[in-house]
Formats: sequence, structure tokens, C-alpha cells
Amino acid sequence: MSNENVLLSIKDLHASVEEKNILKGLNLDIKPGEVHAIMGPNGAGKSTTGYVLSGRDGYEVDSGSATLDGQDLFDMDVEERARAGLFLAFQYPVEIPGVSNLEFLKVSVDSQREARGEEALTSAEFLKLAKEACKQVNLPVSFLKRGVNEGFSGGEKKRNEIMQMILLKPKLCILDETDSGLDIDAMQVVANGVNSQRDSERSFIVVTHYQRLLDYIKPDFVHVLADGKIVKSGDASLAKELEAQGYAWLQTEPTEDEIED
Amino acid sequence: MTEQIDKALAREYEAGFVSAVESETFEPGLDEDVIRRISEVKGEPEWMLEWRLKAFRVWQEMEEPEWAHLSYPKIDLQSVSYYSAPKSMKDKPKSLDEVDPELLRTYEKLGIPLIEQQMLAGVAVDAVFDSVSVVTTFREKLEEAGVIFCPISEAVHKYPDLIKKYIGSVVPTKDNYFAALNCAVFTDGSFVYIPKGTRCPMELSTYFRINEQNTGQFERTLIIADEGSHVSYLEGCTAPQRDENQLHAAVVELVAMDNAEIKYSTVQNWYPGDEDGKGGIYNFVTKRGICHTNAKISWTQVETGSAVTWKYPSCVLKGDNSVGEFYSVALTRGRQQADTGTKMIHIGKNTKSTIISKGISAGKSNNSYRGLVRMNPGAEGARNFTQCDSLLIGDQCGAHTFPYVESRNPSAIVEHEATTSKVSDDQMFLCRQRGVDPEKAVSMIVNGFCKEVFKELPMEFAVEAGKLLEISLEGSVG
Ligand SMILES: Nc1ncnc2c1ncn2[C@@H]1O[C@H](COP(=O)(O)OP(=O)(O)O)[C@@H](O)[C@H]1O
Ligand SMILES: [Mg+2]
Repeated sequence: MSNENVLLSIKDLHASVEEKNILKGLNLDIKPGEVHAIMGPNGAGKSTTGYVLSGRDGYEVDSGSATLDGQDLFDMDVEERARAGLFLAFQYPVEIPGVSNLEFLKVSVDSQREARGEEALTSAEFLKLAKEACKQVNLPVSFLKRGVNEGFSGGEKKRNEIMQMILLKPKLCILDETDSGLDIDAMQVVANGVNSQRDSERSFIVVTHYQRLLDYIKPDFVHVLADGKIVKSGDASLAKELEAQGYAWLQTEPTEDEIED
Repeated sequence: MTEQIDKALAREYEAGFVSAVESETFEPGLDEDVIRRISEVKGEPEWMLEWRLKAFRVWQEMEEPEWAHLSYPKIDLQSVSYYSAPKSMKDKPKSLDEVDPELLRTYEKLGIPLIEQQMLAGVAVDAVFDSVSVVTTFREKLEEAGVIFCPISEAVHKYPDLIKKYIGSVVPTKDNYFAALNCAVFTDGSFVYIPKGTRCPMELSTYFRINEQNTGQFERTLIIADEGSHVSYLEGCTAPQRDENQLHAAVVELVAMDNAEIKYSTVQNWYPGDEDGKGGIYNFVTKRGICHTNAKISWTQVETGSAVTWKYPSCVLKGDNSVGEFYSVALTRGRQQADTGTKMIHIGKNTKSTIISKGISAGKSNNSYRGLVRMNPGAEGARNFTQCDSLLIGDQCGAHTFPYVESRNPSAIVEHEATTSKVSDDQMFLCRQRGVDPEKAVSMIVNGFCKEVFKELPMEFAVEAGKLLEISLEGSVG
């Protein structure tokens, strides 16, 4: 099969965490410019999918493949995957005390530019871009001087993730419940951030529990992930159906761990 | 993940080379005769020799301290040589042109060119090589301002009144085992005098280099800031990479007269030994300053080297309203051991002290903070704030804090905060997911942890310190 027009291609992916099988035959193809929403019950393996694709320690690929732009993701280190254009917005962003947001952002952008053989931006050039990105996600510029996520509220952390995405300009963005815990205004900020980055090249995987985010970010496809595989796919109307009826009607068997998030 | 972090920290010791310099070195051993010979090669006056011999007798009655959280084989002080100097220094070169080019090359290789035109414009350097000072730069310029900056061996001749008055006045001979030993056998170091009301026009710095094998370095520094004066002083040090341990036992005394201010910064990068703990410097140092009325002494140290570090830069806050500060970063890895901290002795009224200590432990190392805050009965309204943070990298290292508080004045306030954290897998994953190398990620995280201390260092040294921790402090904050 030709991968020519596919950005991300996941084939029959099986993966486990601590010897426990989580992904059990995941298939997904994403073309440039597409937005795919992934919904599904807690513990289904949505976050695991993001971690396996980005190469987090402890998430073991048992079989199957995943390519980004035709390159084998599982052949690359975490940072190489990032430099190849894969971006993960974390469900629970971590703090790095004392490291200023600006320094962190610049080091990230410089690392990726260097890997592409581009020159590092000057501090002034970068500061200008960073200030614009701040504005886009509605964070005061003073956040650039604060430690990475240090003392940020839940909503500020999520907006900070979107700011990183805007500055890094990845090919594939995986947003893991970026809308969870946000009030309606903050959610709109996140949605606007995503929409501003949509173009015919950049693709998104949006993991969410809520239809309302998808009112703002109109997905091309909606998938239901349950027990480690996609059990149903459709267009945006599927999300509405799920909101009304829940996931139970789709499931052949209950997930092992309903309480986990 | 830990493996990558270890790799990131396992930097080469770049200062580990040996210089091919022909030296005159004493046979190992320590007795009165050795002390007489040290005094003789330095051409010292009789009173200095008497002072040394008195110290030697005091020292002979003392025992090596064992209270620190350190374990190392007893140092055989009879197997150490107490004097070594490049032969070329015997004729006392009058100018840089007469100094052995190999010595100049050594400092250049260490990033400290001694040719004034090539140096950082605002920094004067005293370069001490084993037991002698090789050169002191910018002396004329400093003399114009009335500032004295010269090797202490020279000050003994030129300024005997100041030396007699102040040597041993802050750290008495009998203070401790290593200080007493230093009094008996000290060879060189720097002397600084800042006259009344003078702001020293440049940063002053001393760079200590151990080169010869089996020698100890026993330097002594004395800084006197007269009333209302101000000085910032930097100290750096390195040694070749050798399998044997070498001893460094220094004494530093600071005197800040009324309204004077002394800022003393150290970047300590003695050879730390190899991964298995073979070789490295034993660093036993006594540093203390006395503050008179309204005076301020600020110690900032970045300790990355030495196999064993035993060091407690302290302030005696004698005058009312005087201020003492201690900012410290101590990084240990491999099998390094550090027991370091400070003592703040509050004697005067309304005296204030601040202690910020950042300990980073990696590998199989041990890192201890040991601090004493004493509020004497007369220290009305005195205040101390202490913050001790430990960062652990991996799970085979140790971090300990031993804070001692002795308060004999009910109006005094002592505050203490302590935290322990880890470079977490989550933090590493976040950085790498954004495209950052693991090495760079560790540097960035460690650098962030140390920020409060680094910002106290003079600019030139902040860069040096950052490089030492393999941290890029690029000026990305606009
Ligand atoms: N680090 C981990 N250690 C142990 N189990 C994990 C870990 N991460 C995920 N799991 C387990 O994997 C399953 C899927 O989790 P996750 O991918 O977070 O689900 P979702 O994001 O869909 O809610 C859950 O049963 C969860 O307990
Ligand atoms: Mg999840």
C-alpha cells in the first residue's frame, strides 16, 4: 500500500504497560490536514496511544507499526520523533521549577531548528514570536518569565501546552484531554489556538470526553477507542450520538478498569 | 532515564592536564624543620616563623575531626610534600615577560589568560601555582585607587603591620585541626586591602592551581575592607587528574569594618576523582568573615569538584545591623562526598542572615548540608532565614541536612525551610518530547534548581559556573 498521502499510519498496534496489554490491535490512518477526534471510556488506552507514539519509557510496543511521513516512529528516540514533527499536549503538564518558560520554549525551538539544519533564532526574534503566542492563548506575557508550569492553574497549564504547539509548528498534534477541567472561556481559547494552526498540512488527534469542544474544533472523523482498539468510526455526528447515549452500547465487553483515568 | 542523566553528568574533567614545569619540591614529611625551610625560602621575618611554629605546636596537640558525614582513609600527613614551586619562579620575575611561558600557557589553557590585554576588562587576577603566586595582574591600576592586591607572601614583607594585626584574627590558630595545620605550613595566597570609603574599581580574583604530585596546597587569603569600602572577590581552582588523593587545606579570613561590604564568590572545581572514587582532592577549608557595624559579607559558592569537601564559610555578625549571606550550590556525582554549609553567629543587635543552599546529588555520591545559626543573648531583633533544597538524580545517592539552631535571645527569629526533589521522568519526558536532548534537559533542570544562587554570582563567573554544570545559561530571557 502506498503511504504517499498519509501522515500518520498505525497498523495493528499492540502495546503494554507493566506487562499489561493496553493497546490490542489499533489501526488508524491520518492524512495531512485532517482532524481526528478520539473518544472513549476511561482506561480505554487513549493516553497510552499518545505515549506509545511519542516513545515514553515504560510503554512497550509488542507488535504492529506506526509511521509518520513514512518514517518508522518506533525506530526513533523520543526527541527524534518530536523533531520529526510529533507533538503531544499532556493531560497532566509537569512543572519544572526555576526554568523559565521562555528559556524552555527557546531551547525546545532551537533544538528542533538545529535538527533541521536551521540556525537558532536570536533572543529578540524569539521573544517577539513568544509574545505573539502568549497573546493567542490569552496568557499575560509575564508567564514567559515564570517557571515552566510553576504554580499555574489547571487552565493556564493547558493554554501553555497550546502555546508550545504554536511555537513548535509540528506536523501532527496529539491533544490529550486538553479541554478537561476547563471552563467554557478557557476551552474556547484552546479551540481557537487549535483552529488558528489548522491548515492543509497539519493534522490533529484530539482526545476528549466532551462534544462541546468538537463544536468549536470541527473534526473530520470521530473514533471510539474501547479496550485498546477502535470500535467505531464516523463523522462529527458520531460525537453527538455518544454524548446522548454514552459508550455502553458500543462495547462488547466492559473495560478492565473503569475507575482509571 | 537515570542512565542518560548519568551520562549527561559524566563530563570530562577538562582541567586534568599536567604542566611540564620543573619544580623545586620539598621531600615529603612534616616537622619543625620543614616549617623553618618554608619560612626560609619565603625569606620571612622572624615573627612570621615564630607564629608558624606556635601554630605547629598547637596543631600537634589536636585530633583530626570526625563529626562530618564523610568517610575517607586517614590522610598520612607525613607522605605529603609541603612546598613546591616552579624553579623559574626562584629569580622572582619582575614582569610577565620574565615568567616561564609554560606557566602562562597553563593558565591560558584553563581559560585565564594572564596577559592583561587578553583578560576580561574588569577582573584582576592573582595566579597561584602550587606553593607560589606566579603573577598578579592590574596592580598599578589598583594602586591608583589605593587598593592593595598582592600575594600574601609579599604582604608579609611590605605590610607587616596589617598582617600582624589581622592574620589569625578571624580564624584563630586553634580553631580547628586543618586551620592550625594551615597556620604552620601555609605557602601563598592573596592579600587584599581596600582603603576607607573606596569602591574597588575591579573584580579581584585568585586562581589556584595544584600541579605537582604528592604536594598539598595550603593557601591563605586575607581580605580587609576598611570602613565604608566595597569589594567583590572571586576564587577558582583546578588540579590535574591523578590516581592519588591530594590535600588542599586553605584558610580565608575576611574583615569588613563599619559600613563595608565584601562579596566573596568561589567556583571550586578541584579534580573530583574518577567514577570509582579513585584519586581526587581532599578539600578541607576554613573560611570566615567578621562584620562590624552595618557591614555585610556575602559568600557565594559553587562546589563541583573535590573527592571530599569539608567547608563552612561563616559570618561573625559582631556589629549591630550587620548582614551575612551564604548562597551555595554543591554538586556531587560518582563517589564524591561533600559536607558543606555555613555558620552565622549573631552577636550584634538587628543582625540579619540569609542561607540558601542547593545540593545536587547524582551517582553514588553523598551530599550534606551542615549549618549553624547562633543567636547570642545580645542579638536583639536578629533574624535568620534558611532554605535548604536537595535535588536527587537517581536512587543511589544520598542527601542530608544537619541544621543546628542555638537561640539565646527570645526576640530573635529563625526560619528554616527544606525540600527534597528529584529530576523526574515526567520532566525529562516533557523536555525530550519537545525535541530537547536528554543531556541538555538535565542541564536545564539542574540550572533551574540553582537559579537563586547563580544570580548572586558576578556575570563572568555565572557563565563559568554554568559551563561547569554543563549548563548553558544562554541569555534567552529578554
Ligand atoms: N504508567 C502506567 N502504569 C500502570 N498502568 C498504566 C499506566 N499507564 C496506563 N496504565 C493503564 O493502562 C490503561 C489505559 O490507560 P490510559 O491510556 O491512561 O487510558 P485513557 O487515557 O483512555 O483513560 C489503564 O488501565 C491504566 O490503568
Ligand atoms: Mg487519559
